[in-house]
Amino acid sequence: MSMLSYERKYRVRGGTLLGGDLFDFWVGPFYVGFFGVTTIFFSVLGTAMLVYGAAIGPTWNLWQINIAPPDISYGLALAPLKEGGIWQIVTVCAIGAFVSWALREVEICRKLGMGYHVPIAFSAAIFAYISLVVIRPVLMGAWGHAFPYGILSHLDWVSNVGYQYLHFHYNPAHMLAVTFFFTTTFALALHGGAVLSVLNPGEGKPIGTAEHINSFFRDTQGYSIGELGIHRLGLYLAIAAGFFSAVCIIISGPFWTRGWPEWWNWWLELPVWS
Amino acid sequence: MIKIVAWFIGLFALVLTGFMLFTAGWERPPIETQQSGYRGTGMAEIINPRVDPQRLEAQLAQVPELSPLTPDPGVPRAGDVYQNVQVLGDLSVARFTRLMQAITEWIYPEEGCAACHQLNNLADDSMYQKVVSRRMIQMTQAINSEWTSHVGATGVTCFTCHRGESVPQYTWFNADPATVAADGMVGWRNGQNRAAEFAGLSSLPEEPFSRLLEDAGQIRVEGRTALPIDGDGPSIQSTEWTYSLMMHMSTSLDVNCTYCHNSRNFGSWESSNPQRVNAWHGIQMAQSLNTEYVAPLSPVLPPHRLGATGEGQKINCATCHQGVAKPLGGLAMAEDYPSLWGDAAPQDVAGVDDDVDADADALASAEEPVDLEGSGAGGL
Repeated sequence: MSMLSYERKYRVRGGTLLGGDLFDFWVGPFYVGFFGVTTIFFSVLGTAMLVYGAAIGPTWNLWQINIAPPDISYGLALAPLKEGGIWQIVTVCAIGAFVSWALREVEICRKLGMGYHVPIAFSAAIFAYISLVVIRPVLMGAWGHAFPYGILSHLDWVSNVGYQYLHFHYNPAHMLAVTFFFTTTFALALHGGAVLSVLNPGEGKPIGTAEHINSFFRDTQGYSIGELGIHRLGLYLAIAAGFFSAVCIIISGPFWTRGWPEWWNWWLELPVWS
Repeated sequence: MIKIVAWFIGLFALVLTGFMLFTAGWERPPIETQQSGYRGTGMAEIINPRVDPQRLEAQLAQVPELSPLTPDPGVPRAGDVYQNVQVLGDLSVARFTRLMQAITEWIYPEEGCAACHQLNNLADDSMYQKVVSRRMIQMTQAINSEWTSHVGATGVTCFTCHRGESVPQYTWFNADPATVAADGMVGWRNGQNRAAEFAGLSSLPEEPFSRLLEDAGQIRVEGRTALPIDGDGPSIQSTEWTYSLMMHMSTSLDVNCTYCHNSRNFGSWESSNPQRVNAWHGIQMAQSLNTEYVAPLSPVLPPHRLGATGEGQKINCATCHQGVAKPLGGLAMAEDYPSLWGDAAPQDVAGVDDDVDADADALASAEEPVDLEGSGAGGL
């Protein structure tokens, strides 16, 4: 397979977490490793279960296919295949595939002598997913509290679960998560714009440097976070977005059963003005 | 200098975080759930088993012990023996006296008969309380006979709202126009944007009732056809009135939106729970009762019973429900008082369940707040 001229020297042995040398090879551009194999296994099995669920379901319409979790009456037990069991297997496969992918990233980091920033960042997303389908359902006592796998059906679930707490926009962690999501895209847009503005200055003009960007932001707002700092900030903003998303759904139900607007009563009752 | 400011801000955030974590009234698992839709739709009622059943138990503990219903002697009739008995004249004296005693226990347990009657002339109508009581008895009869679509076979008594208080705990006044349109354009809150007590402490309109629970308020704001629509549709403001009323219904019954609605389409009856039909009739009932019975009493009331607009208190969902999906857990108090059923009075009830059984039934149904086949919905 094609490979960039300098790439071969980075394809080093070792650094694996499991499997030793057994899976320590590449297929084309892709590193395999033990966790590459488990990723393939879980994703193929999980996808096959989704297709099976669709096949025994009422529709092949991609928008409407719905693989739903068991009834709440099953609690945390296993459910029959056609009454939520497929959802349970798919969930195991999804978590297996996501975690395998993160660990494969760790192995590649180890080979290259990098830090683990990328798999840690990915873990925040995995944590948010596991919060939805494992942590909160376990705290609530039933798999039936997790969301269904389907394009429209999972949106219906989001809407109804929001309205279980009357007005979800008053959920404090949801507020933080939304703020971090918006701030992430805002920061990325500023950063991308700043880099492109010095590297694509226009026909015939010299390109700028990081110092141009620093000067721009110092002139604009008195402070520039700097070349390295903007990436630290971006990593923090994005991970915090995922983290507070996880928090906002974990607290809805297990730690708060009423309407979220009512939660703010603590603010109304601060000894400052009450 | 910057460091001092940073420390100050940090300390401030820390204190607020402390209040947030320790004074917000967080709950904890285990939590109970009643699923009400197809699996995975998120149609579920979330119940804190350490809080919600206790509220009902405390309310049931307030129900006074009253004399049991005995066979009706028929004569003499109250209208023949007493003067100025305009509504209950057909009752036997025995039944009439029993109802008067019950009303005293339900509404004026401390003050007794003198709260409504001139003791030297019980027939005298000079006390406004007596005039109001008469109209309220007629209202109770109307509820039990004309609004079975909402109250089912359970019915209501004075106690359903009054709970031993002369004025029910949960009522509303028309919003003070001065606060709705205060301070000119800049300070104009339009009766919203503060923690609204009736709307679950959200910033929604603070008093949606005069628009939606009186006269023939229009609650539906969703279009039934695809855009564009002909003419002006409902405004954002009217949507917020509806949302505010829905928040009120939710907190009044201690249920969430998905108790009645599937939020993928709030207006669709096909995807809603049966409870929504009952709630719809409840809205019609509240509009009718406020318009026909409660609001017209304002001229009778003394000034200290009137609100900022010169009108008396009116009813909403909380007046009866008081934080419970079925008032008093569906305790069938009214079946012991055939005279409160108006035209729908059941024939003389022999062998009525005693109060102990009724209490047990109410508690049993309290453990299943989402009762799709409950007497309310079944009574439709």
